[in-house]
Amino acid sequence: MDQPQRTSVPFWRDVRVLMILSQIVFVILLALLAGFFYSNLASAMRDRGLVAGFDFLQRESGFEIGEGLIPYKPSDLYGHAFVVGVLNTLLISVVGIFLATILGVLTGIARLSSNWLINQIAAAYIEIIRNTPLLVQLVFVYFGIFVKLPPIRDTLEWGGAFFANQRGVFVPRPLPSPTFDQWTSFVLFAVLGAFLLWLFLSRHATYRYTFYPITLPVAWLILLPLAGWFLVGQTPIDFEIPERGRFNFTGGLALSPEFSALLTGLVIYTAAFIAEVVRGGLQAVRRGQIEAARATGLNEAHVLYLIVFPQAMRVIVPPLTSQYLNLAKNSSLAIAIGYPDLFNVGATIANQTGQPVPVIMLIMATYLAMSLTTSVLMNIYNARIQVLEK
Amino acid sequence: MTASADTLGPPPTSVGVIGWLRKNLFSTWYNTALTLVSLWLIYTVVGQLLVWTFTTARWEVITANLRLFMVGPFPPEQVWRVWIVLCIVSVLMGLSASVYGGTMRTFAVWLAAAFATLIVLDLIAEQARPFADFARRVAEGGASQFWLALPGMVWLLVNLALLALGWSIGRGRAQWRTALILAWLGSFFVTVALLQGYGKDTWLPEIGTNLWGGLLLTFMLSVVSIVVSFPLGVLLALGRRSKLPAIKIFCILYIELVRGVPLVTILYMTQIMLPLFLPGELRIDNVARAMAAFTLFTAAYMAENVRGGLQAIPTGQIEAAHAVGLNDAQTTLLIVLPQALRMVIPAIVGLFISLFKDTTLATIVALLELLGVGRSVLAQSEFLGLQTEVYVFVAAIFFVFSYAMSFASYRVEEALGVGKR
Repeated sequence: MDQPQRTSVPFWRDVRVLMILSQIVFVILLALLAGFFYSNLASAMRDRGLVAGFDFLQRESGFEIGEGLIPYKPSDLYGHAFVVGVLNTLLISVVGIFLATILGVLTGIARLSSNWLINQIAAAYIEIIRNTPLLVQLVFVYFGIFVKLPPIRDTLEWGGAFFANQRGVFVPRPLPSPTFDQWTSFVLFAVLGAFLLWLFLSRHATYRYTFYPITLPVAWLILLPLAGWFLVGQTPIDFEIPERGRFNFTGGLALSPEFSALLTGLVIYTAAFIAEVVRGGLQAVRRGQIEAARATGLNEAHVLYLIVFPQAMRVIVPPLTSQYLNLAKNSSLAIAIGYPDLFNVGATIANQTGQPVPVIMLIMATYLAMSLTTSVLMNIYNARIQVLEK
Repeated sequence: MTASADTLGPPPTSVGVIGWLRKNLFSTWYNTALTLVSLWLIYTVVGQLLVWTFTTARWEVITANLRLFMVGPFPPEQVWRVWIVLCIVSVLMGLSASVYGGTMRTFAVWLAAAFATLIVLDLIAEQARPFADFARRVAEGGASQFWLALPGMVWLLVNLALLALGWSIGRGRAQWRTALILAWLGSFFVTVALLQGYGKDTWLPEIGTNLWGGLLLTFMLSVVSIVVSFPLGVLLALGRRSKLPAIKIFCILYIELVRGVPLVTILYMTQIMLPLFLPGELRIDNVARAMAAFTLFTAAYMAENVRGGLQAIPTGQIEAAHAVGLNDAQTTLLIVLPQALRMVIPAIVGLFISLFKDTTLATIVALLELLGVGRSVLAQSEFLGLQTEVYVFVAAIFFVFSYAMSFASYRVEEALGVGKR
């Protein structure tokens, strides 16, 4: 250092040194806190005779799980039981997101209807649902409706194919018939063809705005499987109608009261939020855009498809993603009504094994993985539609 | 007025009631169809609902357990503390109504209307019985019974009077704006101290948080959590924008970790793991643990809201602050935060509403907040099978408060001009 003494800064006032120093202090404090927690945890676990680690996953579980996508019996391992719970959470999330999107989009559009009555009904639905807790709605739907359904001999019936009673809801189940494989090839061909068609048209026909590149592919996508349905001779999908036995229904798709209640509650709740997202997105498209589009001679369908939707989607997708994530996370309230989801099964495992620490870590890691995967996928989609801006 | 005789008015079918109906309900054939279907739907649903509410429903499950719903297992002879808390709120509300005007005035009017309605309902249901009861108890137990046996109706009247008193005192005193905010904040600590009490045989014996319940607990859980999570959230938000990588990484990890998992797992973790993490001699009861869970959870969301506000501050503001010689800490405290926090007030109200609703999750870890009380009431043998009544009542309470708050947030948003830029 050959700088004169008076311009040099003492190290305790040097910003660079201070920055590094404060970080070191922060990390040390954090480590001390973690160490404090860890030593308490270790002594508490020693006192209660708990052992760390995930060995318990290899032991026999010995408890029943009400329902699941994969076969499971009490003599299976804890790890297996956990997987059943994870699959149940995935099932309710995927079905819930699908149905909530449909109901939410319809309600959001109804909220913008020029019909005052429809508009107000949608508004009342949204306000009532959004301003009451989900858990209250869930226990209401389960204990107030599904548990109170009539016993089997007084089963409620709609059109001879849909039934509801204390044991749950019974709906027709689609089953592949012998001609199903032939029909699948039609469907595959339709999907592939429609995609290629769309790719070709969107590359080469963008500037001929007199037709838009989606009509033909969509028509192809709908008409070909429809034609195939009749061409293969026998209907490719049979519906197995539930039949009333003496003690229970056989055949068909049986949805347990817990699953039905959780699904109903989650869909109704999330749809109200999605409706607001959709409404916000559609309203975010400026009036001038629509008027300008009409002025250039586009018809109403063109205006919607070419002008409104692309701009609205950009506004809609990010909050929609967080609604999807909320639905998946909210499915953990299943424990209040006894649906065996990831959290419910996890809590049972933690209780039985006396290993709350590793189990809760496992549960949190699973939810985190699900959240992050969804976020990444939706971010990719979001990035795609945002590119359209240029 | 200026229309001459030759100027024709608009045709009667396009103005007035008929015009409105034509325009909004019967503009096209499918709108007409939709209108008719909706009318039929409203007729069936609302009709059945009204019939149920006034004939079938057995509301005695609510009236018989009203004290449980309001305060849960809080000792009945100490309920006067809750009334005092309500009195403080009434005075502050009255003051705010005249000092701030606007939304606060609307709220004060609603509150007064609520008090009046409750008094009338109470009079209809109980008539003079509480007063006779009160006279008997004071005659038997002497003056010490006076405060304990005072009928709720009297407390409600006192609250109504205090509301009016606050309003008349605060008139024309706009200079109290800042003091009033501090008073609201101070009332929070007074409330906690008053409800908690101290010692065993003092004039204000200690009531553990495990005895708080009902709507009281719902409020305390949400208010305590939002108040404590606010500074945490601001720190996390600042940390996330920090230039120091260690702090930045920690804040990002914390926020994303908490936001990635359901609230119920965090509740469960604090219930089961917090006692393991703390030294054995430090015992905290399960209400405090639930408060910790809600606070930790809300802090992450608070941080994201505050970060939104921080990002909206133009860099010019920060550069200008540096140019006039403020250092980083001064810039943050005096320039950035005041503007950022002002901008995120509506978002924080929204966060409070969802926290308020989320407190119902405490019932999963066996706390007796409003929903928990509802479930325990349903376990009483004489009220079996009255789920609909109880849950509708609980939902209605949540609806009233949440709706009022979202209304307030909307008004604040308009007043601040957020989203109008």
